[in-house]
Amino acid sequence: MRRLTPLFVLLLIAALALAACGGAKTAAPAEAPAAEAPAAEAPAAPAEPFKVAFVLPSPVTDLAWGQSMYDGLKAVQAEMGEANLEIAYSDSMFQVADAAAAIRDYASEGYDLIIAHGTQYGNSLFDVAKDFPETSFAWGTAVDTGADKGLKNVFAYEAAAQEGGYINGVLAAMMSQSGVLGVVGPVEAGDAKLYIDGFKAGASATKPDIKVNVSYTGSFGDTALAAEAANTHIAAGADILTGSAQQVVGAIGAAKDKGAKWFGTQSDQSSLAPESVVATQVFDWTATIKDMIALHNAGTYGGKAYTLTLANGGLKIVYNAGVAVPAEAKAAADAAMKGIEDGSIKPLP
Amino acid sequence: MFNELLQSSVLIGILYSGIRLAAPYLFAALGETVAQRAGVLDLGVDGIMLMGSFAAFYVVFETGNLWLGVAVAVAVGALMGLLMAVISVTYQAEQGISGIGLYLFGLGLSSLLFRVMIGSVKGVSGFPILRIPVLSDIPVIGEIFFNHNILVYLAYLMVPVIWLLFDKTTLGLKIRAVGHNPEAADSLGVSVNRVRYFAVIFGAAMAGLAGATLSIAQLNVWQENITNGLGFIAVALVYFGGWRPLGVLLGSLLFATVNALQLWVQVKGINIPSDLAVMLPYVLTIFVLIFASGRVRQPAALTKPFERSG
Repeated sequence: MRRLTPLFVLLLIAALALAACGGAKTAAPAEAPAAEAPAAEAPAAPAEPFKVAFVLPSPVTDLAWGQSMYDGLKAVQAEMGEANLEIAYSDSMFQVADAAAAIRDYASEGYDLIIAHGTQYGNSLFDVAKDFPETSFAWGTAVDTGADKGLKNVFAYEAAAQEGGYINGVLAAMMSQSGVLGVVGPVEAGDAKLYIDGFKAGASATKPDIKVNVSYTGSFGDTALAAEAANTHIAAGADILTGSAQQVVGAIGAAKDKGAKWFGTQSDQSSLAPESVVATQVFDWTATIKDMIALHNAGTYGGKAYTLTLANGGLKIVYNAGVAVPAEAKAAADAAMKGIEDGSIKPLP
Repeated sequence: MFNELLQSSVLIGILYSGIRLAAPYLFAALGETVAQRAGVLDLGVDGIMLMGSFAAFYVVFETGNLWLGVAVAVAVGALMGLLMAVISVTYQAEQGISGIGLYLFGLGLSSLLFRVMIGSVKGVSGFPILRIPVLSDIPVIGEIFFNHNILVYLAYLMVPVIWLLFDKTTLGLKIRAVGHNPEAADSLGVSVNRVRYFAVIFGAAMAGLAGATLSIAQLNVWQENITNGLGFIAVALVYFGGWRPLGVLLGSLLFATVNALQLWVQVKGINIPSDLAVMLPYVLTIFVLIFASGRVRQPAALTKPFERSG
């Protein structure tokens, strides 16, 4: 056997570098602002920028959970100015061990706020948070700020996904011709389950005889299986579909090809299929992010749990202008929204 | 409750989905079969598929030309194969490790190119359904078999093509020889490395085609890591199929059809926990592998680099 050649070693290094690039700090999209930052900084010479690091299991371009937070960060950055808010991220960190290492690295590098965007990161986050009491950490979907472990520097956040799920369910039930709705779920847990349960409740409350077929792919990223699940729902009579997690782009593609309508959640998905997407429940994290930054600057590093709801504006139903919604469906949705906001409607059975 | 599944519309739906779902597995696994019969284990299939699927998607996104997309995916796949061949055949690096390296390379590079060149998830219009005249009008059969996009037909056409390649051509004989007994092949004047180059590049081109099937025929979107490990299942299907095209066909069909079945089980509301349902295709595949493992013989020189002695 010949020894390993430099070429092979080179390739391995390139491979690892590129694989990490999927999740390396300030990758392509963030690069432009990062490059401009020093130039903008020099003349103004302001105080140190606030540094946020963002660690997530899916890509920041996933049109779902990951992108909702990334869009929020970008919006806050646009508001504060690029010189005053620095964003770094590590995405596609599906391995918790990799994410834990990234979280620790960011903490050591002096980031002010580190957002760990996945329930699975909880234990690692608590471990790191102990060692960096002056750094703020945030994680979700979660309500536990680690107070019982003596931690004072952890924020927790979640979205009441069932609320927008309920509204989407009302709209879908009103608009369905066939009386059958299809749900392309990822894994039967967490945010996805909340959304789907809310969707079912909203649909049944609107049309008691409506049929809501639910399937799960057992994965968040199995785009091909999600597409086939959508095709199966359509073959089983569904004319309106919904679903959750980044894999739904496959299902949206299938809905578009077959002329079915789609309701989204997490991030606005109408750009992918302007003729199919009726409305999306959008998670708007900007207020949460701004509040965490303000608290941190005031010396409170954690301890607060946030929930996005329709009432506090963290959840928004974004209609796609390209698809007409009948007036009575819109009216039913508005009524349901009021009911949820004032508490007269419970979005979970 | 299982009566729900025995309606003819459901059975047709399961078989139709199964045939459709099997197509990318077939391309990738048949290509991998050729590489492995020549003695090279290419674990980079998934990375090659990612590069092929991105290349096809990008070309179609920019030009709308579907066949150009297919051609570029095949070319990109072949290039990835060339890289694998240089590393594992010429430089004789350990095949398993270099394959994983190639996978990570494809995963990272395709994600990076996506962010630089496209940026957000977009859709294209892919290959439409091509109903085969006359045949698609046959009740039931027509609906199941002759109502697919053209790449699905092509995937099934590759089964006899690869079979003919192995059993009826000199090239096929050489491929089998260098994978079984490279010393003997060499002494008969066959260039072992040249044949292996061909097999690896051919297999990778097929993986590129498998990627195109996903991105411009079946899903018509592109997302980072869109294959989600499909290429590794394809490698398993090569073992499953006993390194024979027909076996690979049966394995792909079985895996895909059981996957379609479990989707219908869930959609029809049959009361099985979803976690169990999604496990079904994998569990079944493992079972068949256990029962089949006794009788199949893998190419004797698989994973062994060739070096002329003396």
